[in-house]
Amino acid sequence: MKHFFVFVSACLAMAFGTSVADAQTLNQVKQRGQLICGTNTGLAGFALPDAQGNWAGLDIDYCRAIAAAIFGDATKVKYVPLDATSRFESLKSGAVDVLVRNTTWTLSRDSSQGLDFEATNYYDGQGFMVRKKMNINSALELNGASVCVQQGTTTELNLADYFRSNKMKYEVVAFKSDEETVKAYDSGRCDAFTTDASGLAAERVKLSTPDDHVILPEIISKEPLASSVRKGDSQWGTLVRWVHFAMVDAEEAGVTSKNVDEMMKSPSPEVKRMLGVEGKFGDGLGVPNDWVVNIIKQVGNYGEVFDRNVGASSPLKLPRGLNNLWSKGGLQYAPPIR
Amino acid sequence: MSAVTDPSIPTAEIPISEARSFEGYVSAMPVEPQAPPIPSTGLVGWLRAHLFSSVGNTILTIIFGAFALYVIWGFVSFALFDATWSGSDREACLAHSGREAGACWPMIKERLAYFAYGSYPIPQRWRVDIVFLLGAIGLVWVLWIDAPRRDLGAFYFFVIVPIASYCLLYGVPLLGLPIVDTDLWGGFLVTLVISSAGIVAALPLGILLALGRRSKLPVISIASTIFIEVARGVPLITVLFVAKVMLGYFLPERFDPALMVKALIAVALFSAAYMAEVVRGGLQAIPKGQQEGASSLGLGYWQSMRLVILPQALRITIPGIVNTFIGGFKDTSLILIIGMFDFLKTVEVAVEDPKWSTPVSGPTGYLFAAIIYWICCFGMSRYSRAVEMRLSVAHKR
Repeated sequence: MKHFFVFVSACLAMAFGTSVADAQTLNQVKQRGQLICGTNTGLAGFALPDAQGNWAGLDIDYCRAIAAAIFGDATKVKYVPLDATSRFESLKSGAVDVLVRNTTWTLSRDSSQGLDFEATNYYDGQGFMVRKKMNINSALELNGASVCVQQGTTTELNLADYFRSNKMKYEVVAFKSDEETVKAYDSGRCDAFTTDASGLAAERVKLSTPDDHVILPEIISKEPLASSVRKGDSQWGTLVRWVHFAMVDAEEAGVTSKNVDEMMKSPSPEVKRMLGVEGKFGDGLGVPNDWVVNIIKQVGNYGEVFDRNVGASSPLKLPRGLNNLWSKGGLQYAPPIR
Repeated sequence: MSAVTDPSIPTAEIPISEARSFEGYVSAMPVEPQAPPIPSTGLVGWLRAHLFSSVGNTILTIIFGAFALYVIWGFVSFALFDATWSGSDREACLAHSGREAGACWPMIKERLAYFAYGSYPIPQRWRVDIVFLLGAIGLVWVLWIDAPRRDLGAFYFFVIVPIASYCLLYGVPLLGLPIVDTDLWGGFLVTLVISSAGIVAALPLGILLALGRRSKLPVISIASTIFIEVARGVPLITVLFVAKVMLGYFLPERFDPALMVKALIAVALFSAAYMAEVVRGGLQAIPKGQQEGASSLGLGYWQSMRLVILPQALRITIPGIVNTFIGGFKDTSLILIIGMFDFLKTVEVAVEDPKWSTPVSGPTGYLFAAIIYWICCFGMSRYSRAVEMRLSVAHKR
């Protein structure tokens, strides 16, 4: 009878439009004692289990940072791997609390999918890879080149747009799967290979001699990969957004996982506010006041996380590029903690 | 009187010229030795009869033989001769000094534990090992037809092993076994749990559904038919997707069962629907006289089913039943859709790992997966053949 009652009230809740989305996600997460994070089913550098079965990657570290902010324990996360088709449904139905799954922030998704995008943790975009011996330094020199691309993707459309708007000729060599495309490029079927820049780096290590290939600097499309939450829970969205901002601010202020304890004694008012020595900024977010300390200590600042997962210390060796701090010519800019 | 002395009988002393006139009857000359006839048995005979019996066949044999050799050679040199056997990262598996890069086995070796257990916490993995051991004992006990006390074996396998597995894998905090969330299960463990649930639940449920569909009671018959047709008419992927995503809309969080449970239920019901049709095929094949004979002996419905009809029906459907099992075993790879990492997905994760990604990491991973799947499915198939042979002794002509 009790089950039936709960079922009926759930149905009523649905009928009157107060679905799970309006619930206070933060309270649910705290009650559960665990964050449920929707991630990719396996993407090198972003979310992939290692040989011990532990998840690792840029997106994973974002989830861990959120857990560290809430619980002071970065391990209190359950990862739910989601494929491209089920990711939004899973978020909306409440199966996951937050979606950190290399999802491009677009207008249509932001306006009509029932979700709110929060913070871009990776600025991606379509790029080109060519052989070093071609001696090309810019995509604008690709006139007349043959380009390997995966069939039926936005990548293929972006490619057409780019060459048409720059009045260059090119030849498309399209393949059904990613694997085939890379293989064709590797065996010399085409001069250039195009996909998202982060993907280029991941594919480059699959080539027989990665060092013979170079990724061109031009980025011909905008793919801001952002975290998202259910629409209508602004408290939760604010927290998710500020976890990313805190990691960026910490990098800017030079606070790292190694020096965070010394930094607590820093005379800088900015650092004092960030690390909770001064002020009560955690209260506004509904988390403990030392939330940034926990994030930085257990996960690291944005630069450390980037470097470890996709940057110079990882096999992918992606350049910081657009993901550098705004002060270093990139786009990662976070409002101040004050 | 002695024949030797009889002058009328010609003796050996006949001159050669005269002896020639007997040629037609008896050869006095030893026959020249001849080459033995072309053998029609043994290896050579078999080859002649089957592969080189005519010019056309000889040409075909040569063409296909060369093709087979080429393929087998390529496969063997990839898997064995050119393969890399040791190394610590992708560098080891790249083509070196003009040598073709073969299979990258150290990648598989490093991830073996991951393939077996997925993300199951390392300090708790002994629990999985015990479950594997218990399961193996049960399997041998139940499958080995001459094993002692097979009734006990069946009880052990169908009651004790599932309960023990649940306690060990999921955990009982009271007994000092911390709970391991099913989201952490992965690899071969998940493939095995899901497929054995499918196999164990499918046969009894399938038999009931098949009997239900043939029942003369309209409610039972219609209900069984609707269930079977709906389950067979919707792709498993859709059901898994609905179970994962849609239930969240109308069930409060605390009644929402774990993904693993949903997957188990979905797979079990699915295999049951397919199994029902296989069993029904067997039931249709039993002549009506069998049922009538059983009735005339005074057997009731369940008795006649249990003692007369089902033993015959199940025997003739063994190939179909095993076919469903094998299909179900391979279908477990679909549960990736709901975010569970089965054996195949863990192999794909290894292939994705940039630490090992080389041009050969994909082929190596899928070759490994194919070998494991093949061993399991071929094992089931051989076992079913053996059972078939044994049960069909009475029918041998």
